[in-house]
Amino acid sequence: MAKNTKKAEEPVRKNGLFEYAPAPESPAAAGDIATSYGHFIGGEFVDSSGSEALKTVNPATEQVLAEFAQGTEEDVDRAVAAARKAFTDWSALPGSERAKYLFRIARIIQERSRELAVLESIDNGKPIRETRDVDLPLVAAHFFYYAGWADKLDFAGYGSNPRPLGVAGQVIPWNFPLLMLAWKIAPALATGNTVVLKPAETTPLTALRFAEICRQAGLPKGVVNIVTGDGRTGAALTSHPDVNKVAFTGSTPVGRAIAKQLAGTRKKLSLELGGKAANIVFDDAPIDQAVEGIVNGIFFNQGHVCCAGSRLLVQESVQDEVLDALKRRMDSLRVGDPLDKNTDIGAINSAAQLARITELTAAGEAEGAERWSPACELPGAGFWFRPTLFTGVSQAHRIAREEIFGPVLSVLTFRTPTEAVEKANNTPYGLSAGVWTEKGSRILWMANQLKAGVVWANTFNKFDPTSPFGGYKESGYGREGGRHGLEAYLDV
Amino acid sequence: MSETSTRLDVLKTYKLYVGGKFPRSESGRVYEVTDSKGQWLANAPLGTRKDTRDAVLAARAAVKGWSGTTAYNRGQVLYRVAEMLQGRREQFAAEVAVSENIGAKKAAALVDAAIDRWVWYAGWTDKVAQIAGNGNPVAGPFFNLSVPEPTGVVGIVAPQAGYGHSFLGLVSVIAPAVATGNTVVVAAAADAPLPALSLGEVLATSDLPGGVVNIISGRTADIAPTLASHQDVNAVDLTGAIAADGPGAAAELEASAADTLKRVVRPEVDPFAQDWTVAPGTDRLLSFLETKTVWHPIGI
Repeated sequence: MAKNTKKAEEPVRKNGLFEYAPAPESPAAAGDIATSYGHFIGGEFVDSSGSEALKTVNPATEQVLAEFAQGTEEDVDRAVAAARKAFTDWSALPGSERAKYLFRIARIIQERSRELAVLESIDNGKPIRETRDVDLPLVAAHFFYYAGWADKLDFAGYGSNPRPLGVAGQVIPWNFPLLMLAWKIAPALATGNTVVLKPAETTPLTALRFAEICRQAGLPKGVVNIVTGDGRTGAALTSHPDVNKVAFTGSTPVGRAIAKQLAGTRKKLSLELGGKAANIVFDDAPIDQAVEGIVNGIFFNQGHVCCAGSRLLVQESVQDEVLDALKRRMDSLRVGDPLDKNTDIGAINSAAQLARITELTAAGEAEGAERWSPACELPGAGFWFRPTLFTGVSQAHRIAREEIFGPVLSVLTFRTPTEAVEKANNTPYGLSAGVWTEKGSRILWMANQLKAGVVWANTFNKFDPTSPFGGYKESGYGREGGRHGLEAYLDV
Repeated sequence: MSETSTRLDVLKTYKLYVGGKFPRSESGRVYEVTDSKGQWLANAPLGTRKDTRDAVLAARAAVKGWSGTTAYNRGQVLYRVAEMLQGRREQFAAEVAVSENIGAKKAAALVDAAIDRWVWYAGWTDKVAQIAGNGNPVAGPFFNLSVPEPTGVVGIVAPQAGYGHSFLGLVSVIAPAVATGNTVVVAAAADAPLPALSLGEVLATSDLPGGVVNIISGRTADIAPTLASHQDVNAVDLTGAIAADGPGAAAELEASAADTLKRVVRPEVDPFAQDWTVAPGTDRLLSFLETKTVWHPIGI
């Protein structure tokens, strides 16, 4: 670990405060997890045509939660055929009827939100506090929001009676499994498309549980199909000739490969890819609020956030003050059991992701940046990474350029607003940015200059179904959420 | 000197339009432009990959100024372009007639339509944000606003086919991109480059800053791949790519554009059937915009 990290064994608790008592949520609230899962195709749970099975583990314990099918090309074929068959009736249904199905789904998600929150936490490793207070409320809200659009599409600004595209092939990541599913499925269904969705191979469980919700809602068979598997299944889905629309959220290299794969076809494509957001703190910013924003920006969801504020740009004159306050705050972050309601930072999602974070942070040290982490005990089993910050980072360092996707903050400094803009925009990504200052005109000037799809001013990592989300440059194209999010699923 | 009835015309040397200037191709090469009967019309510059890269540099340099200009001012400048076009109406009609092998009357009607279309787009500059942006009622104490911004540098393969392609089609792809604050590099119709090259002369006298529109004539097979693969191009409009070099080449351009995740406007499946007199919707206008959403807390 870092050279200046205090020994983890030190018994004294932070700042002389009392330690929290454990407040664990019951894993039993997740409901029954089957020992093995097939796909959800045509309204039924079905076995894969192949025999290969993958395992999903609880990243906090490394215990296997369930086996699930590695989707074959034949499986994808079946799912696309089911979606194609369902498309005729679903797209012909009056919008007001489609809306009611989506409202039903939203309501059932609310009813089952504790179960889904616990299941998500177990499968993903993220703290229950976040699944309960962020993921699940946003999932339900997203279905609610798009439900209301289904019978109002004539007024969305895409001409009268805008038509759906057909079958949507959707591939989502592991960082917000159910929320990304909602971002994909809700607008697709509202506009009259049918979908085949592939969840990530480390977090398939909530998508499969969502399939049950579709059944409870009485959703017509084949409107939603879930096929599990790894990248091979994803490639089979995105390249399937009978898919009319591809939506992908994930890494920029995979997004690039999909864009190449679709070149010369008539498939519509939307991509929500990586980021390396700058969180810019000016000398007149309210420091305590800014520090909360910095912490929320990079340590929310273990930093497994494409729009994470992974580069802190702090004005030189307040650098020491900000970093001192930030370190104090990081010292009080609680890393550990995701099901403990007091936990701030849960488990890293997978061994592979932990290896990636470890490699990039090692590169940060090797390239000369100074590493710091608070002393904190990490559980023995599972995948864990201490909240980490690097100072003395230059723009050329890998930790300033590459998406780490972990709880690692790179700190750079600037003197003038112009320099801040230049450094913030000096990246092939352009997903999000943060600005902290009390000066209104400066906020608006910065917001104008920053090449990013979302700019959070005096706040960070806020999401809402009405607010469009998506990137500039190599962070992808198309928007999810809001009125803009409809466009990706309409033939316009 | 006695008067003669056979006065010799002064012919024009057609040149590229790059960065507000009129360079010859850096290669020093030209190619023959002919009418439908093979009759020589002019020697057009054979623009190269290097010319295209120079044009991208000029377009990039112009982004900051043009995208930073007020929407009202952009509208004024673009309307000025239409005024200049009107003054050159007969010249463009003559070039369109020989380029598309149509009669003088039809050619004049196409030029009129092109001027009107330019005016239509000029009027959009200060309205597009009002149809493409909106306030978002988020569930919390936040001000939340989405606004469209120009994508940046757009590489355009101009229409190479379809009724009206040589000028009306050209205007139909350039005007929406620049109206929304982008700068462009255009690969002109290879077989019918004269209206495009003359458009450069109009733009140069219309208060349009140099580099906002750059026009390259030559082989699309040289120019288009340079645009599609260029790291400093943000979007490509492949409208003319199928008619120019076939669907395979168009697909290759799209694949190449994917390397830096450029925004892509695909060509029509049958570009030869395209009728450029059909009134456009807002599709092209909205193609080269990025939606930026800004949040700020509300409080006292």
